[in-house]
Amino acid sequence: MSLIYDEYGRPFVILKEQQAKARVKGLEATKANIIAAKSISQIVRTSLGPKGMDKILVSPDGDVTITNDGATIMDRMEVNHQVAKLLVELSASQDDEIGDGTTGVVVLAGSLLEQAEKLLGRGIHPVRIAEGFEKAAEVAIKTLGEIADTVPFSSDNLDPLITTAMTTLSSKIINVDKRKMAEIAVNAVVGVADLERKDVNFDMIRMEGKPGGSLEDTELVNGIIIDKDISHPQMKKTIKDAKMCILTCPFEPPKPKTKHKLDISSREAYEKLYQQEQDYFKQMVQQVKDSGANLVICQWGFDDEANHLLLQNGLSAVRWVGGVEIEHIAIATGGRIVPRFSELSEDKLGKAGVVREISFGNTKERMLVIEDCANSNAVTVLVRGGNKMIVEEAKRSLHDAMCVVRNLIKDNRVVYGGGAAEIACSLAVSSYAETIVGVDQFAIRAFADALDDIPLALAENSGLDPIQELAAAKSRQMKENNPLIGLGLNGDAGEDGSRATNMKEIGVFETLVGKQEQISLATQVVKMILKIDDVITMGQYQ
Amino acid sequence: MEGAFLNQGASVDKGENARLSSFIGAIAVADMVKTTLGPKGMDKILQKVSEGDQSVSVTNDGATILRSVMLDNAAAKVLVDIARVQDDEVGDGTTSVAVFCGELLREAEKLVNERIHPQTIAAGWRMAQKIARKALEESAVDNSDDDAAFRADLVRIAKTTLSSKLLTHDKDYFANLAVDAVMRLKGSNNLDHIQVLKKAGGQLKDSYLEDGFLMDKQIGVGQPKRVENAKILIANTSMDTDKIKIYGSRVKVDSMTKVAEIEEAEKDKMRQKCEKIIAHGANVFINRQLIYNLPESIFAERGIMAIEHADFDGVERLAAVTGGEVASTFDHPELVSLGECDVVEEIMIGEDKVIRLGGCKSGAACTIVLRGASSHLLDEAERSLHDALCVLQATVKEPRRICGGGCSEILMAQAIDREVVNTPGKKAIAMAAFATALRQMPAIIADNGGYDSAELVTQLRAKHAAGGSNWGLDMYQGKIADMIELGVMESFKSKYQVLMSASEAAEMILRVDDIIKCAPRQRNEGY
Repeated sequence: MSLIYDEYGRPFVILKEQQAKARVKGLEATKANIIAAKSISQIVRTSLGPKGMDKILVSPDGDVTITNDGATIMDRMEVNHQVAKLLVELSASQDDEIGDGTTGVVVLAGSLLEQAEKLLGRGIHPVRIAEGFEKAAEVAIKTLGEIADTVPFSSDNLDPLITTAMTTLSSKIINVDKRKMAEIAVNAVVGVADLERKDVNFDMIRMEGKPGGSLEDTELVNGIIIDKDISHPQMKKTIKDAKMCILTCPFEPPKPKTKHKLDISSREAYEKLYQQEQDYFKQMVQQVKDSGANLVICQWGFDDEANHLLLQNGLSAVRWVGGVEIEHIAIATGGRIVPRFSELSEDKLGKAGVVREISFGNTKERMLVIEDCANSNAVTVLVRGGNKMIVEEAKRSLHDAMCVVRNLIKDNRVVYGGGAAEIACSLAVSSYAETIVGVDQFAIRAFADALDDIPLALAENSGLDPIQELAAAKSRQMKENNPLIGLGLNGDAGEDGSRATNMKEIGVFETLVGKQEQISLATQVVKMILKIDDVITMGQYQ
Repeated sequence: MEGAFLNQGASVDKGENARLSSFIGAIAVADMVKTTLGPKGMDKILQKVSEGDQSVSVTNDGATILRSVMLDNAAAKVLVDIARVQDDEVGDGTTSVAVFCGELLREAEKLVNERIHPQTIAAGWRMAQKIARKALEESAVDNSDDDAAFRADLVRIAKTTLSSKLLTHDKDYFANLAVDAVMRLKGSNNLDHIQVLKKAGGQLKDSYLEDGFLMDKQIGVGQPKRVENAKILIANTSMDTDKIKIYGSRVKVDSMTKVAEIEEAEKDKMRQKCEKIIAHGANVFINRQLIYNLPESIFAERGIMAIEHADFDGVERLAAVTGGEVASTFDHPELVSLGECDVVEEIMIGEDKVIRLGGCKSGAACTIVLRGASSHLLDEAERSLHDALCVLQATVKEPRRICGGGCSEILMAQAIDREVVNTPGKKAIAMAAFATALRQMPAIIADNGGYDSAELVTQLRAKHAAGGSNWGLDMYQGKIADMIELGVMESFKSKYQVLMSASEAAEMILRVDDIIKCAPRQRNEGY
């Protein structure tokens, strides 16, 4: 098959048979890819929405993760199939860009592919389908822009932000105390946000988890928490008005980078060297002391001798602080990271109101809290929970909520949740379909059907009759010409037996950027999958 | 179908299958430890299976059992984790938390079979949990203002904890011992400062709380075996070779005499160090690291008692108990505060020699000497005592106490039941299930004692409904009784943590509908 003959009639191998492990071509390939992608999206489909379920993921080493977050599920699943991997990347990129809606984007891509499969069965060329989808996506994104609403918020009216964060959290396990969690997320983001420039520096928000207590004990600390303790049991555990020197050099005599040997050839030399070593230590501690510091934060370790010298000089010290933490401390306390003792000076010290060590439970676990930092906009969320898995999941959920809040600060336009936005887009896209002449019309209409799939999945997961709910919401949107009608999943059935509700009234909304990104990312991936017509899996040389 | 697109060896369980597997796993684990619950609970033998180490331990401690069992079920691992966290946070109630979580899931399984959506069950549980928490908080009593009453509470709490353990026969004795030890800490709340020394021989009753401090170490050769009015220098420094810490230095000489010279210089350095140490004026020197022969002999000459190789905790404990400071450099004797105690001596416990520090300056640390017939017995006694100490310490921090003997569970269940009738909707069924799970706890305790649980629990329920909110199970008589009269108390913190973590974990397991297992990592044979 991959064999051709050159002008002399000699056989000529293009692709070695043994080398190609498998090859699928043409429509076969497209269909096989669609099936793979669809089945992956089936897995996360049940996680969508406020009543979505969680997944247990068991890693190759037997560690257990329990999560509801689409991106995490996809990431930990260890997918093998090439096209399925595209979907994993799809949710990862939604995660990187927006941070929320990682499940929705995969479900949308899955239903787009399902629609495409039907069209392929009718003999429409994949590229035409892709083009139709592209046009439809443009319309949908435009519609979103039109129906978008702005939420006014300011630093003294954070309620709209909290409501949005609550929508994000409602699908997660930490919805026990949704309001409090949402407030934590909002306060954390607002704490570090620059509302003028509409910029949020996520690096300034730290999340530390500690199993124990319950989810409700989760708190926001105005400062930094690091999982380290003071190096000597007798050093002061609480330091008020801390002035810290932040060191990235070890408390050791310097090690020149060039390879060298120091030969001791006589007794005098030995004694001199010993003297030298002792002096080094004293000098280092003296330099720290002279700079006026009362707390030493060191990236490296220091041996018992240095430790004791510090103690004798009334300095508290923390050792083995990680690189990222060191940077955080430096930024938050307004200090400079000092790489050499000789460069220490008073203006390079970081300042904080209180530094204290706190202990948990009855194990030896201790953490260091740095509060009232000079450059106050660093916050830490200390997540507590009954077990390791719940703490991890709470961290992920809070991160999602913070991402949403950040997006709102950047761009305060929102669309309404509960499927309202999708239904509105679907209506717009299908009326646009009527105006198009040609094959594309089918593809565009299929796109509208795919959009309907999101509210369908939401209703399904809540144990409602999906078709009835969708039809009711859709007809009310048409009748009232109101794009705010969605599926009120928590509410009771209304007079007409459906749960269609005005989502603005119950305050369920999502960011515009997030939704737009979902549609455009999903369409892109689907286009990419549709355009593949040949899959060659390379085997090993035999 | 999905399996085809995952790596080989991976598997996906969906829907009913997943739920079944996680419920069954969690319930099985809970059932495994269920029989250890309560004062009449039974013990388990744990045997290691690795080649070469087939050692056996006998225990009643939920966390220890769960930690030792190898599990291949994701939901079961969650249970193990909550028991571990309970152990870290409170130290007691590790069995209860796993059993309660299992009971919740058993109830949930029934509801799921009745086609109630797991999220609805979770919502109902959350409401029930809130009510239960409120009821628990209201029933808690804080006696911390009154020292005598507080101490009595502590003893009762310790007795309740110990009654389900091996030490139950001597629980009065050990409860007082544990309370004394915790009171010694004076609220410093560092359990490291209570040392438990196990010495085989004698019987459990011979255990005692040493008013001094004991160290399982040896005094150096030729040094005094008893020092009165001891001044102790506690150090963490190398007394073996004490290298020069300059990178790349090495000795290179051209003649034998120079080798001797340098050796002499090294020895001089050590002698100097010893001199400096001696200059502190201490007559006892305790080092965390080794002490070589040379410094040991120097100390012996000067009549100083030198003790080597005290471990890290030991050094910290010593510092706490004697009020000294852990020193590593010795250039400024005036800055180092020395530890003080009346006497340091070598004493015999059973067949073994230990070092005793009597009459310490600040008694913020102490030693409990456990005696017993076998090492297994001692290990289990230590675990039981550790649980009691942990609970006491938690109670010192959070001084509220509640009634034990299943009383608080019934109390919470009744509070939930009262609210169930006022709640419309399916959530009410889930709330009732929560109450049923709570009532299972005293039922299991009664079952383990061989009593008629249905009879006792219903009697208890009626009593509570009639206003006897302090009534619980009297496990020695097999009837219901007023817990306050009987003195069965538990720590509020422990029960609270059981309630919170068990319901959180149960909700977490309940919410799962898929289990995706990755292919196990291939392990290379031959290691």
